[in-house]
Amino acid sequence: MAGQSENISRSELWGGNGSPFRISYGKQWMWMFLVSDALTFGGLLTAYGFARHQASSWPIGEETFNAMPFLGNGYPLLYVALMTFILIVSSVTMVLAVEAGHRLDKKGVVKWLLLTVVGGLFFVGSQGWEWYHFIHGTHYGSVLTLEGWAVVDYNAANELILRMGRGLTVTGAEAKALFDGATATMQGANLIENEYAPLVPQYANFFFFITGFHGFHVFSGVVFNFIILINVLRGVYDKRGHYEMVEKVGLYWHFIDLVWVFVFTFFYLL
Amino acid sequence: MERDDLIQDNNYSVSANHDEAHGVVIRKKIWKVTGILTLITVIEVLIGAFIKQYDASGEDNFLWPYVKIGFLVLTVVKAAYIVLIFMHLGDERKSFKWVILAPYILFIAYLIFICLAESTYWHEVFQGENSINP
Repeated sequence: MAGQSENISRSELWGGNGSPFRISYGKQWMWMFLVSDALTFGGLLTAYGFARHQASSWPIGEETFNAMPFLGNGYPLLYVALMTFILIVSSVTMVLAVEAGHRLDKKGVVKWLLLTVVGGLFFVGSQGWEWYHFIHGTHYGSVLTLEGWAVVDYNAANELILRMGRGLTVTGAEAKALFDGATATMQGANLIENEYAPLVPQYANFFFFITGFHGFHVFSGVVFNFIILINVLRGVYDKRGHYEMVEKVGLYWHFIDLVWVFVFTFFYLL
Repeated sequence: MERDDLIQDNNYSVSANHDEAHGVVIRKKIWKVTGILTLITVIEVLIGAFIKQYDASGEDNFLWPYVKIGFLVLTVVKAAYIVLIFMHLGDERKSFKWVILAPYILFIAYLIFICLAESTYWHEVFQGENSINP
């Protein structure tokens, strides 16, 4: 945290006998790995943008993701906002663990790292729920009417509502006529078809691939954090005299949070 | 093999251990950034929940292009806080900061440009006035 102010001459910095970046080998290459991983995610999200930009239509995030566990539908973006918040908080507990490590405060590191692991598990669990819900689909599925694909829904008075896309709904006798004339149905999502965007099957593919790849990163991050936590408990870093390993897995953990910030924007907000 | 995970004589200042007094300052900064990130997320969700992409007749909402740009700006602000404060890149030496940031920004900017240019063309082919679609 200190250090920007220190003045070292250029010849001393680049003259060998030490890192010119004044950074340890392990941390430097964790950064290099993160850059390459960020390029992978950048490539995936750009490919998503490519597919979306050329498509005629794309599902609206707050209509596709509007369910809450135990509460049902009608809560646009709330659950994913909660997930985002959980991940941000676990990023904060991670940075507090790193800070405690700099003070050689073993108890503090254990406390914050444990909370980080718990937060990570909550996030992976939430993503599992989100996937389950996405695959399972809406309550009544979608039907192919004369006016195109429509998501079937019923309001509180048990009247039929057809969601035609672009935020448009059809109700009453018109909805009933369209519904009765439907020629095909679809429910849920898989790699071949999905009811959220029946005309753009890539939508579900991108969702599964990008959030799945991110979820896999979260899972491995939790495993790394757990291994480091065990090492901290065993006193490995106390003996070593510094907690830099916590800082290195911390970098990886923050990177996961960073990627989620972008996934959140492109899949849910836009 | 020589061990490279041993930091000697405080050579790497960012990794150096610090005392409690300095810790208080750092923790204060961490909580401040936590507040900012949470606030930005709340704002994003509120905008997403209340400003619709389409108006009541299914036409594009004229506000939406600005909302889109707003989301992108907020996202980059969040990303900058995470990278510079939480990942401490802002505290590393300037040379290292640019070794990490410059190649990435360069490649991604190019990738975004080329993909958007290509998909604009394909949009025209598939959905445009002289579309190949029946």
